[in-house]
Amino acid sequence: MSSVPLERRRALQTDRVERFRRMVEIRSFEDRVKDLFAEGIVHGTTHTCQGQEAVAVGIAAAARPTDQVTCTYRGHGVALALGVTGESVLAEIMGRVGGSVGGVGGSMHLCEPEVGLLPTFAIIGAGIPVAAGAALTAQVNGTDDAAIAVFGDGASNIGAFHEGINLAAIWKLPVVFVCENNQYGEYSRIDVTTPIEDLADRAVSYGIPGVIVNGQDPDAVEQAMNTALARARAGDGPSLLEAKTYRYAGHSRADTAPYRVPGEFERWYERDPINTFRARLIDEGVLTAESAEQLEKAVGGALEELVAQVKESPFPEPAAMFRNVYA
Amino acid sequence: MPKMRMNQAIAAGIADEMRADASVVVLGEDVAAAGGPFKTSDGLLDEFGPLRVRDTPISEMGFVGAAVGAACTGLRPVVEIMFVEFLGVALDQVSTEAAKFHYLSGGKVTVPMVVRASVGAGLGFGAQHSQTLETWMFATPGLKLAVASSPQNAYGLIRSAIRDPNPVVVLEPRVLYATRGDVETGDDQLVQLGSAQLAESGDDVTIVTLGAMVRTVLEATAMASWSADVIDLRSLLPWDVEAVLFSVERTGRLVLVEESPFTGGWGVEVAARLAGEGFRHLTAPITRITCPDVPVPFGKELEARFLPSAEYVVSQVDELLATGSLPSPWWKKKESR
Repeated sequence: MSSVPLERRRALQTDRVERFRRMVEIRSFEDRVKDLFAEGIVHGTTHTCQGQEAVAVGIAAAARPTDQVTCTYRGHGVALALGVTGESVLAEIMGRVGGSVGGVGGSMHLCEPEVGLLPTFAIIGAGIPVAAGAALTAQVNGTDDAAIAVFGDGASNIGAFHEGINLAAIWKLPVVFVCENNQYGEYSRIDVTTPIEDLADRAVSYGIPGVIVNGQDPDAVEQAMNTALARARAGDGPSLLEAKTYRYAGHSRADTAPYRVPGEFERWYERDPINTFRARLIDEGVLTAESAEQLEKAVGGALEELVAQVKESPFPEPAAMFRNVYA
Repeated sequence: MPKMRMNQAIAAGIADEMRADASVVVLGEDVAAAGGPFKTSDGLLDEFGPLRVRDTPISEMGFVGAAVGAACTGLRPVVEIMFVEFLGVALDQVSTEAAKFHYLSGGKVTVPMVVRASVGAGLGFGAQHSQTLETWMFATPGLKLAVASSPQNAYGLIRSAIRDPNPVVVLEPRVLYATRGDVETGDDQLVQLGSAQLAESGDDVTIVTLGAMVRTVLEATAMASWSADVIDLRSLLPWDVEAVLFSVERTGRLVLVEESPFTGGWGVEVAARLAGEGFRHLTAPITRITCPDVPVPFGKELEARFLPSAEYVVSQVDELLATGSLPSPWWKKKESR
């Protein structure tokens, strides 16, 4: 059986150019969402992930579509990387009937079981034990699927982080815990909230591998994921990966991040994941400067068409709120 | 018919579902090797093995969350919360994750998870281990909520809860675990969630209750000069408003007996619905017999006074029938304090 999300996932897994295209897609998508919010077309709240594209794409490249992923409310990038369509994500953000969950969820609530995306989590840390549970299913059923929890640095201070990883470790559950350390938990820099620099160090207390990964590089993320997933599938238990990355946007909505340390953004931008990966693909001869530019233009054009299309799409009828309360 | 204690009936119900469905697993503190602190999972580890019956760390947020993830992906976890108060540290996973996932997945994900918790006062466990706390979960669309009142109902409710495609919380009055009663087992004994049981029939008043208070109310009616329809709700989410309306149409009087605080107890919801939908049938004020608004006291006599007793139920209903006006609760009557 095939579907657009699954095809998008396969394309990303087999084609490095597609990985580049997806990172560009995520960046432009998030930039556009921010604009749409400013224009008042997106209401409520939204959390964008510019700067973190390589983490999402690296995870999606390594994981199978049958591996189960829990991720956060900053989840547009992970969803798009896993294969969820731009239409599904944008329509949900804009509260339209064609959205990922029919317009009743919003920016923080996406879901696509076909590519392993469990309902995304708007509560910090909540997806960590839930991923352990999805891994429990694989263990009890004797499959070699795995689960992946994607969460931020802020989540590493909440009880669910400790409890979920501890449980996974004692039961040797096939799960990979991926911390996107984007340096900020909401409006607070990590050094204000957390007494250690490397969150991967926390793995020691659960007796599992803790690995620091360059979160600006989709190849590095994919490689580390492959190692951790192989360990999980072999029955050797979970790993904690800390992907060091950077959130270009503020926490949410119109937050311009005035609390940012001066010069910090510029330093990280020198290692921008899209610029770095573009240069690598050009070096490898997979892309040329011209083909890369064309590709980026094409992504931008498709996005504008998508925005126009979703803007014209219907809002849910009132009856939609009564659906799916109970199974 | 075999006699069982309520804890045995619960273990029997879980075991029957585990035999019928290999996706049912049991998680909780000391539920495996020890058979449960209240012996509600006795024998399950031996029969079903350590893959399906697991002792967890003392880590409710962790293992309730794991149950949510397992339920989303194909298992039917039954989680034990030793004392319902411990659910406080895991409530996010029940109320905000599990109860919302079907909705927040556009119907693509279901969460067939059961959370069992022991509840209630009467055993001297003190203020932090004696609450019923059903109202923590009551105002939660997406969740189902049941309360056991006897070995037979406990057996039927747990089996239905495990089969339900939604997250279900089943509250088990701790004081009843040792109660023995006839228990008919088998597939015919499932109790439909949301269906009340007419525990006794009578004419003068409709008494709606649940959990451990069912026993108290039946003791009361046995010694009273009046007779009552005694309705054991068995479920709060959803609750059987039809059964209550049907009875009140005939008796004209509604009394609620609750092991919960006066303010904000589950009876407030029942009273409000009946005051509206049953207005024209009511011939007397709706009367709530509850605990006072204080933490559960430890001292033996204090705890006994705190809980509605059969004698107290009789005297309150006596007063209601004699005067036609609302009896004050004992803590508001000067002579009783």
